[in-house]
Amino acid sequence: MKLRVKLFATLRNGRFDIKEMELPDECKVLDLIKLLKIDQKDAAIIFINGIHGDFDSLLKENDEVSIFPPVGGG
Amino acid sequence: MDKILRIDMGAPGGPKVKVDGLGSYAGLGGRALTSMIVATEVDPMANPLGAENKLVIAPGLLSGTAAAMSGRISIGCKSPLTGGIKEANAGGQPAQVLARLGYAAIVLEGNAPEGKLYKVYINKEGVKIEPADDYKMLPNYDLIDKIKASYGDKVACISIGPAGEMKLSAASIACTDMEFRPTRHAGRGGVGAVMGAKGVKVIILDDSGLQNREPKDPEKFREANKKWVDGLRSHSVTGTALPTYGTNVLSNIINESGGFPTRNFKEGKFEGVSAISGETFADIETKRGGNPTHGCHRGCVIRCSGIYVDKNGNYLTKQPEYETVWAHGANCGIDDPDTIAMLDYLDDNYGLDTIDMGAAIGVAMEAGIIPFGDKEGAINLIKEVGKGSYLGRIIGSGAAVTAKVFGVERAPVVKGQAMPAYDPRAIQGIGVTYATSTMGADHTAGYCIATNILKVGGFVDPLKPEGQVELSRNLQIATAAVDSTGMCLFIAFAILDQPETFQALIDMINAFYGLNLDADGVADLGKKVLKAERDFNKKAGFTAAHDRLPKYFYTEKLPPHNVVFQVTDEELDSVFNF
Ligand code: SF4
Repeated sequence: MKLRVKLFATLRNGRFDIKEMELPDECKVLDLIKLLKIDQKDAAIIFINGIHGDFDSLLKENDEVSIFPPVGGG
Repeated sequence: MDKILRIDMGAPGGPKVKVDGLGSYAGLGGRALTSMIVATEVDPMANPLGAENKLVIAPGLLSGTAAAMSGRISIGCKSPLTGGIKEANAGGQPAQVLARLGYAAIVLEGNAPEGKLYKVYINKEGVKIEPADDYKMLPNYDLIDKIKASYGDKVACISIGPAGEMKLSAASIACTDMEFRPTRHAGRGGVGAVMGAKGVKVIILDDSGLQNREPKDPEKFREANKKWVDGLRSHSVTGTALPTYGTNVLSNIINESGGFPTRNFKEGKFEGVSAISGETFADIETKRGGNPTHGCHRGCVIRCSGIYVDKNGNYLTKQPEYETVWAHGANCGIDDPDTIAMLDYLDDNYGLDTIDMGAAIGVAMEAGIIPFGDKEGAINLIKEVGKGSYLGRIIGSGAAVTAKVFGVERAPVVKGQAMPAYDPRAIQGIGVTYATSTMGADHTAGYCIATNILKVGGFVDPLKPEGQVELSRNLQIATAAVDSTGMCLFIAFAILDQPETFQALIDMINAFYGLNLDADGVADLGKKVLKAERDFNKKAGFTAAHDRLPKYFYTEKLPPHNVVFQVTDEELDSVFNF
């Protein structure tokens, strides 16, 4: 299945900002994170189509996944 | 810090200085002190610009000590913007210097006769007040240049620009930073207008010959401060994210969440976000020879700020905060960092709240005064404020007034104060804080974004009403306490996640004052402050009807999630049940 993956802040270092990716069906967020070689503790905030997800969230065709390291501001 | 400096600006024959003991205010600092003085001494029915109002300037309990992060200052009064009690908080150097000078607070009382303007100079010898006619209508940067020429750059200043002198209700009070620039503002609620009404252009603080304040138990204090700093450095938000990208790291994440208010709160996502994100700003600052990691005061170890330079590498402004980038960016449909930085500079120079200015321009754009996305037009509107034209004075009075004057129904304000950079429909917890805070719409009063979006201190689903009241209540109590310590609120990211870091903060206060405070004691202080503020507002005429969002947030769906604000009135009315 095709996905659009967006990375932010320090996660972009050595990777990418935004990328269309091809993943096997039945993939979870955790599989994607492993594939991108992102440390689990560095994937603090995950959105799937703008809704909060977690490592166990199941991905589907055409999803947009955004991954952030721990961040704060205000 | 065992005295209160009172200056009666309206005394017959000119300003009169009086130094008081702390009396019943002993043990209070920052917001606790400003709010207690205002609640005790100002008639809630007073006109905010009248002689009965008081402007209270107070460093925090730990300001002027070696404690890291302790340089925040609280400025309180009855607000000309909201008509309720106000505490506006700023960084910069003044808190540390004022605390070292030994003052727990400066209280400006009475109003100088119309047309009179003064400067106040304070050093270890005492207080000198002189006419400042040659400073009249000077913007903040020009003012500070003049002061540098006469007093050097080792002093710290608290000043107003033309907006404060014109008593506009979105006027801020500027505090100078480490480079002696007027970049750190007590922005909200029109505190600058009250300083203008008092007739004080600038307070110059000189701590030469003075040392840090000494703790009662230096050994324990040093130990606790070390644990404190270690805790802040090791937490990923305070140790990495904030120093690297500053507060504007939020643009992307709030946009992804669908709660990034765009074009006067019409949509929750901005197509131009990437051009104005914290990642982009940090990149520009590095490439042009600015600096993305910089503290707003000495002793800050998080250093969320930075220096923004123009295309030629010349200083333009400090790194604009997330709120500013959003207000002048997405909210106005503007996706150009240089324009946003220029607007930040102009706001600082004229002495204006960047949030209410961005919101006012958004409203003016909706009214068709200029189109959304008009960069030049936005800059010109702020320049109008500096000129004091009628149009400028309307904009400079904030979003609520601008909406009234131009007949715009969609005014994103609560208690007259503009909402900051989070749409309460897509992030419902912050909506509870906006609606119920004693300050009017204010994100810092109970920063539910931490738990709704950033997963700090747990997680509460931002799109649902469940759990939001409790979240906002607890954060409002904790914030009222933190605001009293002089600590920067960004320490909250570390103390919400790391109990040992919270303990280190309590240990520091105890070691400094020889107290036995515990976590419950800290919460009790927060509750006491909130109760005094609520009580003041009630006597000033606020009812449950004022603790609501504007109607359209309950009826107009916000894309992309197509949600409305769902927390019920009954729930909102239970926030202060403690
Ligand atoms: S973290 Fe940022 S706002 Fe807080 S004291 Fe440091 S520079 Fe100032």
